[in-house]
Amino acid sequence: MTRIVADLDRCVGAGQCVLTDPDAFDQSDDDGTVVVLRDTPADDDAVKRAQVAVDICPSRALSLTE
Amino acid sequence: MTAPALQTTRRCPYAPPDEHTRIRDTDSGITQVTLPSGQVAWALSRLEHIRAMLTDPRFSSDRQNPNFPRFTREQPNFGLMRPSIIQLDPPEHGPARKAVVGEFTVRRMAGLRPRIQQIVDEHIDAMLAGPRPADLVQALSLPVPSLVICEQLGVPYRDHDFFQARSSALLSRAVTNEGRQQAAKELRDYLKDLIAEKAADPTDDLLGRQLTQGNDPEDVLSLAFLLLIAGHETTANMISLGVVTLLERPDELAALRKDPERTLPAIEELLRVYTIAEFANSRVAVEDVEIGGVTIRAGDPVLALSNAANHDPSAFDEAEEIKLDRGARHHIAFGFGIHQCLGQNLARMELQIVFDTLVRRIPTLRLTTPADSLRYKDDAFIYGIHEVPVTWDDPA
Repeated sequence: MTRIVADLDRCVGAGQCVLTDPDAFDQSDDDGTVVVLRDTPADDDAVKRAQVAVDICPSRALSLTE
Repeated sequence: MTAPALQTTRRCPYAPPDEHTRIRDTDSGITQVTLPSGQVAWALSRLEHIRAMLTDPRFSSDRQNPNFPRFTREQPNFGLMRPSIIQLDPPEHGPARKAVVGEFTVRRMAGLRPRIQQIVDEHIDAMLAGPRPADLVQALSLPVPSLVICEQLGVPYRDHDFFQARSSALLSRAVTNEGRQQAAKELRDYLKDLIAEKAADPTDDLLGRQLTQGNDPEDVLSLAFLLLIAGHETTANMISLGVVTLLERPDELAALRKDPERTLPAIEELLRVYTIAEFANSRVAVEDVEIGGVTIRAGDPVLALSNAANHDPSAFDEAEEIKLDRGARHHIAFGFGIHQCLGQNLARMELQIVFDTLVRRIPTLRLTTPADSLRYKDDAFIYGIHEVPVTWDDPA
């Protein structure tokens, strides 16, 4: 199953993932870093959104594992 | 062989200079150019290469490195302030950015929506009550982002003429180095006084909170300087360019009016095609790095031709076309890597509110001169338009 993995040390809080899928991603109020709300995308569309989030994350903080 | 001088004049308002396109279409997509400073820099032109460069820690953002790419011949004076976050490399960069980025989260920006809407409505009211034609730049593009960033930072808007003038001078290639230094010094002194006042009497705004959270006032000063300038000209220029582009496309404007869901994708496309901060992605190599089969040596200046990359046909289908429903978000208009624009979600929110409100409230809005006769900012570090004369019909 596809799983979203976030590296908080790399994250710079740009918020691109939240714009891509607000059901899967949020940001910490303190330091803006990513909060993964749902780490297993529910369907193919959610997987596609996760792939976009991984691709456009500027600090390469997101990845997908099978 | 000497490297050719870097060209900076666009072929048209949204197309990169022909030279940049030619570089992109060479085998490697990488070549050397001579900057106005006399430095010879590597020019990267493809999206893939620039994204690789901007995520590689072997390239530094340290402007105090003498080999950092410069657009002026004189070595600028760096003694004015401490380096701000855009100049920091890891490991210093992460904690400095995390100390402020919580102020710019998507949720925080959504919270600003009602106030930004009110600011936009008030400025549209004032424009509608005034003479026709009006200059959209003075009526809307400049004052809206200026007021928003002032309120967010806690900088008195009544002083905006003062910092508007200095911020424009700092971003103009037409102003001498001495002129820019003077502008920087005056803006620095102004913000230094303001921060001293806030340190003595804390205020509930971004700068005030930075101070009460225990950040060093000298670092808060550098941050204030960066955010005030970055929050001013950039969004303003995108408002002007975006409105002109929409007014030139009545069918798409009508589609936008019917379906506000189209606005955010349109904004991403406008950001891509104009890439207003096209030379902001400069770095200096601190180790030898191979990119695209070219070895960049430690100490070499590197310039990203970001607009050419945002029109790279290997990254975007029909890259030269403006397709407002393209929905592509992998452009680098806000940069890429750890320094990607801190205020990008504020910019998106402001652009969205301005475009939606304009198309809804003034359906007859139109240019009084053709778009190709407007004065575009070929002489500035941030691309834009000097004036946008518009008119409209009386409400029926």
